[in-house]
Amino acid sequence: MSEQQENHKKGILEVSAIENGTVIDHIPPTSLFKVIKLLNLDRTTHQVTFGTNLKSKRIGTKAIIKIADKYCADEEISYISLVAPTARLSIIRDFEVAEKRQVEVPTHVEGFVKCANPMCVTNHEPHVKTRFDVFTRGGELVLRCKYCEKITTQEQIEIIR
Amino acid sequence: MKEKQSLVSIHDFTKEDILRIMELAADFEANPDQRLLYGKVVASLFFEPSTRTRLSFESAINRLGARVIGFSDMNNTSVTKGETLHDTIRVISNYCDMIVMRHPVEGAARYASEVSRVPVVNAGDGANQHPSQTLLDLYSILKTQGRLDNINIMMVGDLKYGRTVHSLLEALSHFKAEFTFVSPPELQMPTEYKMQLYERGISYYETADIMERMAMADIIYMTRVQRERFSDIMEYERVKNAYILRNDMLVDTKPNMRILHPLPRVNEIATDVDSNPKAYWFQQTENGVYTRMAIMAYLFGVK
Repeated sequence: MSEQQENHKKGILEVSAIENGTVIDHIPPTSLFKVIKLLNLDRTTHQVTFGTNLKSKRIGTKAIIKIADKYCADEEISYISLVAPTARLSIIRDFEVAEKRQVEVPTHVEGFVKCANPMCVTNHEPHVKTRFDVFTRGGELVLRCKYCEKITTQEQIEIIR
Repeated sequence: MKEKQSLVSIHDFTKEDILRIMELAADFEANPDQRLLYGKVVASLFFEPSTRTRLSFESAINRLGARVIGFSDMNNTSVTKGETLHDTIRVISNYCDMIVMRHPVEGAARYASEVSRVPVVNAGDGANQHPSQTLLDLYSILKTQGRLDNINIMMVGDLKYGRTVHSLLEALSHFKAEFTFVSPPELQMPTEYKMQLYERGISYYETADIMERMAMADIIYMTRVQRERFSDIMEYERVKNAYILRNDMLVDTKPNMRILHPLPRVNEIATDVDSNPKAYWFQQTENGVYTRMAIMAYLFGVK
């Protein structure tokens, strides 16, 4: 039995609980740092704990982020869906789950995803905000740039803020 | 139509807009001397050289009675001093009533249309869009076939990178065309465009053999297979001659069939085809002037 399984059996949380704040669970491990960058958690003053490559019945392995005393705006939640569509959000109050939030895919995104086309004006001209339409093609989320009209796939998403 | 009436992408025009441009182009062809834009100044901003497109636009501007200012490459402009496109366009849009621009960066025209005070006509933004070329291709198809609906079109050559074939495909999708894509496997039509056709219920056929469906075509749209597109030069040497159109290949083609080419032609159409009445690429360039007159008159709202 692995240490993780043992801890799980013993009821020990792999990432400690928070009193108040937001828990983002079921993040694909490869998207963890994208979510951290997306929510500016690398520059936040809030207490943040995270774990990755944890066991998940739903997605195999997962990452989890717990942010003390922060409640995400709807816009931030919808942006999480671009990089981590399997993610689940819980709002924690007094150590209890007060609310569960589903991440919803936005139809447009502005200003935080880099266009994957190196010849796009947004990668050449300073101060041009990137703008994309979001839609599903062949079951995959894709972003079409409003400027160069090229596709940025979910895998290619790079956060630029 | 977008506000300020710019034409950046063929997507900016509805089917009705396209049909109106066709009517206006025919009107200008019948009577090219219509000084509808007398007193206007049009800036022709070519951040990269394109002699044919620039002269075609400038001819159209002159025929409409407007005056032209501008440059034909960016070497003598403030861009070489590091000025942003934003500032260049903001300034020049104070000097004129419309901007026609060619730029090597994709999306440059859309961005310019957002910062400009006057309408912007995209004369090519890198590998992205070149809507006046698409509209003149459509006008050439309409003139030679008498219709735009249900055209059997065979696109030949570099279908992967060729922006003209991509935009023409999207524009013709309004008119239920039948497509044949002829290319070496390396340069096939991207999946994205084929999915668009599939979603619209439009059939297409892909082959590497230029002869396979030639007898069914109303239009053969030739493009160049460029050596630099191949990672394997041996592969280029193997396929290059398979996509050269020669006069003896046209024997069984339909009497109404015409050959279009966005030009410049290098060797993909042998010169012995030039005298064949089915060769149409030089008339196609003349159609370009009337189509560009139509576009500008339409955007200015004078027609």
